[in-house]
Amino acid sequence: MAEPHAHAAAHDDHDHKPHGWRRWVFATNHKDIGTMYLVLSCTMFFIGGIAAECIRLELFRPGLQFFDPQFFNSLTTMHGLIMIFGAIMPAFVGLANWMVPMQVGAPDMALPRLNNFSFWILPFAFTLLIGSFFVPGGAPAGGWTMYPPLILQTGAAFPMLIFSVHLMGMSSILGAINVIVTIMNMRAPGMTLLRMPLFVWSWLITAYLLIAVMPVLAGAVTMLLTDHFFGTTFFTAAGGGDPVMFQHIFWFFGHPEVYIMILPAFGIISEIIPTFSRKPLFGYEAMVYAVASIAFLSFIVWAHHMFTVGMPLAAQLFFMLSTMLIAIPTGVKVFNWTATMWKGSLSFEPPMLFALAFLFLFSIGGFSGLMLAMVPADYQYQDTYFVFAHFHYVLVTGALFSIIAAVYYWLPKWTGHMYDMKLGTWHFWLSAIFVNVLFFPQHFLGLAGMPRRIPDYAVQFTDWNMVSSIGAFGFGLSQLLFPYLIIKCIRAGRAAGNRAWEGAHGLEWELPSPPPFHSWTTPPSDAVIARGAAH
Amino acid sequence: MTDRGRENLSLTWKLGAIALGAFGFGFALVPLYRTLCAVTGYGDQAKLLERSAAILHPDVKRTVTVEFLADVASAGSWDFRPEVRRIEVHPGELYTAEFYAHNLTGHASIAQAVPNISPSEVAAYFHKTECFCFAPQHFALNEGRDMPVRFFVDPALPSHIEVITLAYTFYDEASRVTRR
Repeated sequence: MAEPHAHAAAHDDHDHKPHGWRRWVFATNHKDIGTMYLVLSCTMFFIGGIAAECIRLELFRPGLQFFDPQFFNSLTTMHGLIMIFGAIMPAFVGLANWMVPMQVGAPDMALPRLNNFSFWILPFAFTLLIGSFFVPGGAPAGGWTMYPPLILQTGAAFPMLIFSVHLMGMSSILGAINVIVTIMNMRAPGMTLLRMPLFVWSWLITAYLLIAVMPVLAGAVTMLLTDHFFGTTFFTAAGGGDPVMFQHIFWFFGHPEVYIMILPAFGIISEIIPTFSRKPLFGYEAMVYAVASIAFLSFIVWAHHMFTVGMPLAAQLFFMLSTMLIAIPTGVKVFNWTATMWKGSLSFEPPMLFALAFLFLFSIGGFSGLMLAMVPADYQYQDTYFVFAHFHYVLVTGALFSIIAAVYYWLPKWTGHMYDMKLGTWHFWLSAIFVNVLFFPQHFLGLAGMPRRIPDYAVQFTDWNMVSSIGAFGFGLSQLLFPYLIIKCIRAGRAAGNRAWEGAHGLEWELPSPPPFHSWTTPPSDAVIARGAAH
Repeated sequence: MTDRGRENLSLTWKLGAIALGAFGFGFALVPLYRTLCAVTGYGDQAKLLERSAAILHPDVKRTVTVEFLADVASAGSWDFRPEVRRIEVHPGELYTAEFYAHNLTGHASIAQAVPNISPSEVAAYFHKTECFCFAPQHFALNEGRDMPVRFFVDPALPSHIEVITLAYTFYDEASRVTRR
């Protein structure tokens, strides 16, 4: 199995790559696959975004104007599934594909064909998922969390939903295995674990989370499938099952999943802030241990998503306290990022602007998370717009902003061109302002009692919903600048040079921009590695 | 196969085994959950079984009087009364009482009965398993019909209580509109 690969690798060494569609369909090059992941993610981001804009359009005024409630519920469900599995996760995998081999001094990912396979599963998964809009009964409308018994009432879309989740899970697991093998086995000699950049560290830990919990989700949806078609009663009370058990199994996956979507973001921010502060990262080892402890804690906090289902007091206290414990390693990270900037010579290019916005706004999301961790308070906040505001602060201004920051950071490396800084800065300010107009009022709505996932609402919620919808339209439109800017940058621009940012450290900046098709075919010398690991 | 290739493959299989194990773990959560529920008493039906056992074994030595009252919010537009004014019950036994309502409003209407129980300390011991007061009732013009309430009195009812009064007030659409 490895012989033909070794041959192919030797053959491709002269940098002549397959052309036309074959280059992409049969791609085994980590940079090409990374690009495909990022393009898919961007496409899914806009499809999920259209669903979000439709939701905000309906919620602009009380009453039902545009969509019937069933379709509205399909929109919220599909928005969640597409954004989580289609936009955020593939974007991080794409970044890992592009950056991890270059950052650890490896010529490619360890398993290039598996890499091709794990990418090409995804278009099929999303065709199935989005295709469910067009089957009798419409797209799934039971919420992205797929709680039974409601989700079992889905029409013809039900098996499409389950199989697309299976496919996405398979893709993530294979991708994660590839990342771990690459990091463990393919590092250049001298690139010790504690010399690795934090992006690589955070991805190593994320990949372990992925192979530990994605199969649990696969198991849970398989149980749904057999409950629906084969007469099992895992979640049907009439046959001795328990629908609450689904929530336990789902969130056993779901909480680590939350960190799968934020740990790589922590890695990205830990690369960008030192670069634009022109100082090494403060407390490198503490950052590594913080990521590891957050990952560990993620396994023992799942029930905080379901305090209201009925749980022994001892269990509620345990999950409340373990959840609050997460604030400590997260606080260490925020402190260290701030300390990195302390007395640094800061400059505010687009990646740094997005990283700073991440720091502020992710912290807001973290604080509302602490509020939600408190059992007595959570009983009031459960399933309101407060929860909604909380997780959009951590996922949009957290995960998404970090992805945008990463693209702005590494785009000159990928394309060899500097992009339009002015336009990037415009993109930042429009996004940062509108995202707060969009999500901040939702805190007020939630505290006042507006429930999630409802197409209509009581009239006293009208004003803040209008403000929120205006924010959503503004945020959505300003994102159109992003692909425009990227395409413009791919076509032309000032040459970026190897080290596109003067303060940047790390092996990727030792390579030319754009990097050759096969980079680090001869491993970097120890001196080069030491120069990159500036901490 | 190169050494690195072999190492990569071996680590891949190990990680694959972890993933497979995690898939199995998802299913292992099912018996684990049942065990935990049995230990903590949550999700486990023990308490409900106790209660239904009490229904199967009523306390025949004790008798309590239950009185029924009916009232309408807007006099003249409804005829609303219990079919029997009082019954003697044994705690733990299931009974059905009928209330009769007749729509005299001159048009089709929807009405909602609101229950009240006295003395108020009894509320925790008086269990309605089915009641016309659980949902709004639709009446055609001039329609009259019997509506059931099924209930039992908890055997744990404090011993000094001998009479329980169950009173319903019938509100129709008109009274709702005026309340707004």
